[in-house]
Amino acid sequence: MSKKAVIEGSMAVAEAVKACRPKVISAYPISPQTHIVEDLAKMIADKELDSTMVRVDSEFSAASVICGASATGVRAYTASSSQGLLLMTEVLFNTAGMRLPIVITGVNRTISAPITIQPDHQDTMTLRDAGLIQLYVENSQEAYATHIQAFKIAEDREILLPVMVCMDGWILTHSFEPVEIYDQELVDKFLPEYDPLYCLDPEKPITYGSYADNEVMEFRYMMQEAMERAKDKIQDVALEYKELFGEYYGGLIEEYRTEGADVIVVAMGSVLGTIKDAVDEMRENGQKVGAIKVRSYRPFPAEELYNAVKDASIIAVLDKSLSIGQGGPLATDTKAAFYNKKAPKVASFMAGLGGREVTKETIKNIVYKCKKALELNIVADMEFVDLRREII
Amino acid sequence: MKLTVGAVVKAGTSKVNKTGNWRSFRPVVNKDLCNGCGICTFFCPDSSIQITEKKSNINYDYCKGCGICAKECPQGAIKMEEERT
Amino acid sequence: MVENMELLAPGHRACPGCGTAIATRLILKATGKDVIVVTSTGCLETFTSPYGQSAWEVPWIHSLFENGAAVASGVKEALKAKGNNHTKVVVISGDGGSFDIGFGAISGMFERGHDITYICYDNEAYMNTGVQRSSSTPYAATTTTTPAGVASYGKLEPKKDMPSIALAHGIQYVATASICYPQDLIRKVKKAISINGPKYIQVHVPCCIGWGFDPSETIEVGRLAVETGLVPIYSIEKGKPMEVRKVSDRKPVEAYLKKQNRFKHLFKGEEYKEVVAQLQKICDDNFEYFGLAK
Repeated sequence: MSKKAVIEGSMAVAEAVKACRPKVISAYPISPQTHIVEDLAKMIADKELDSTMVRVDSEFSAASVICGASATGVRAYTASSSQGLLLMTEVLFNTAGMRLPIVITGVNRTISAPITIQPDHQDTMTLRDAGLIQLYVENSQEAYATHIQAFKIAEDREILLPVMVCMDGWILTHSFEPVEIYDQELVDKFLPEYDPLYCLDPEKPITYGSYADNEVMEFRYMMQEAMERAKDKIQDVALEYKELFGEYYGGLIEEYRTEGADVIVVAMGSVLGTIKDAVDEMRENGQKVGAIKVRSYRPFPAEELYNAVKDASIIAVLDKSLSIGQGGPLATDTKAAFYNKKAPKVASFMAGLGGREVTKETIKNIVYKCKKALELNIVADMEFVDLRREII
Repeated sequence: MKLTVGAVVKAGTSKVNKTGNWRSFRPVVNKDLCNGCGICTFFCPDSSIQITEKKSNINYDYCKGCGICAKECPQGAIKMEEERT
Repeated sequence: MVENMELLAPGHRACPGCGTAIATRLILKATGKDVIVVTSTGCLETFTSPYGQSAWEVPWIHSLFENGAAVASGVKEALKAKGNNHTKVVVISGDGGSFDIGFGAISGMFERGHDITYICYDNEAYMNTGVQRSSSTPYAATTTTTPAGVASYGKLEPKKDMPSIALAHGIQYVATASICYPQDLIRKVKKAISINGPKYIQVHVPCCIGWGFDPSETIEVGRLAVETGLVPIYSIEKGKPMEVRKVSDRKPVEAYLKKQNRFKHLFKGEEYKEVVAQLQKICDDNFEYFGLAK
């Protein structure tokens, strides 16, 4: 049924993608995405994977190649990071608008300038309005599972939107963890062959990418509706996966020890591992602390998030990206979800930018600040944690 | 008509758009002079000329009246005439 | 006969006298139905694809301005993956999408060797956005971003030599053509799609709006471009000598320039005699280099 191997997070993704049998893969090298596509290239070279890899001249072309391939009716995949994702931006909006169900790994790395290869969520956050479903993962096993789920969600006739699986660069892609790799038959049972709604075919000619002056609003509405439907679909697919593979990482969100919690920390991605450890330690000390992992950032799980935290006194939202001039996008969306409702206070924390380490102490400090805020009844708009003020 | 997912369009549906009403001059073929060489069909931007029974036939539903056919006809068989409404 | 097949439906919204529409009709006559066409953003895309009113009788995709060659690469690889080795993939894009913004993607497609025929309909400026200069705009032409004025005679730089750049990739077939010679264009497109690998064809398409002439004169103006030698028509199949369309009735460059508003400023006084001489020299050089004289 499966084999367990200690492998890089990148290899876990490559194994998952391989099991989904995409016909066309296209990518351009950028750290820390590289190992994923290198692993896939080797699988193709070794005849373990029957797929074409198009090694292109830019990320712009990589996204364009899979756009064209998907429109021709085959399953297609790409991966990128940071500047590469930004270069793909125009194509990704376009591919989403054409309702092509590609899957892309967004290996999180911050954006230049200054240039650095360090991870945060600035890159994928910039794409949050593109019409992509965005799923953030916590660890390698979840990365494996989520890629397999991603194709199933994207290709569902009720959805037909690209899915971006976001995973922290280096922290996940380059660390070795034991990962369960499932048999091909099991993945095949879970993920049927891609059956496109439309495809470019001389037998049945259609026009893709038309010009619309008077219907744009309705087409946008249709995408928004598909996103709304994706909320159920993401949960259903996660449960189906659980049934077949015995693993579950949450649907739209994952709740961790939130029962009776006064303070709940909300975040996305690999930092949840640290947060959960910190929560365990604080719980052991009798503190009523819990955590929530937002797995699906688009569609945004406003209702699920509210229901999960509504009885807490305060929630700490930890953002790993900054909408410069506003604040943390996750915090902003969370506050918006709670507006007009009886809700806990929301404290916003900016952490981990440019790879700044987030430790258990960081989390405990955030929780402490939340308690202080409750005591004083003053919640700051946003706070940069572990900021080196002395060098500014 | 319900919108399609992804704004996909059926092939050849432009035919509903009768561009003949753009015209202010209409090409008129003198069938006596026309020898059916077909040059006008190659040069028509609007896919509006066919050779039937060895004569040039203009589809006024779509002809925009550009006048290329009249200009290029080696026989001088096509003349532009002002449209009357 | 394939030439009777009409694969660009009427009812499209091209301007009256549109050279690009003529080019596209002729190209589709050469490809027949077993083709997938990719078009970059531009006039052709806009006038053929309003939602609910597509002029395309063949499968067609438009994604963006700068990615025609890359989208086509994906289409071709997907066809291969599906075991379809017969359907041709043809890009039809303008000079802006080819010479300028899509240049990198074309180079990548050539270098990777995909079996794609890339056809640039070359109307020598950004017509869809209102006649702005592209790197294909000829020397001394006035455009909305290189307007002629007291301190300028229009575009100061010569036209980029795309066919040579395509050729430098070592691809199998490179050709220029003009809509004014339909049989030549159809023959070249048929030739290109019969050859495996990347091919490049550049089709000269006069634009009455952008160049400033009467819509009825589209073919006449295009023919003068060839007869003056400003636009040489040739093809190069790898390993074979260049084929050149000879000019039997050579015309001075002025005959071409004076037909168009975009060169009108060159004849307002004596001031730009040298510029016209420079344009004549480009023609003379073409006659010599390509051996255009009959």
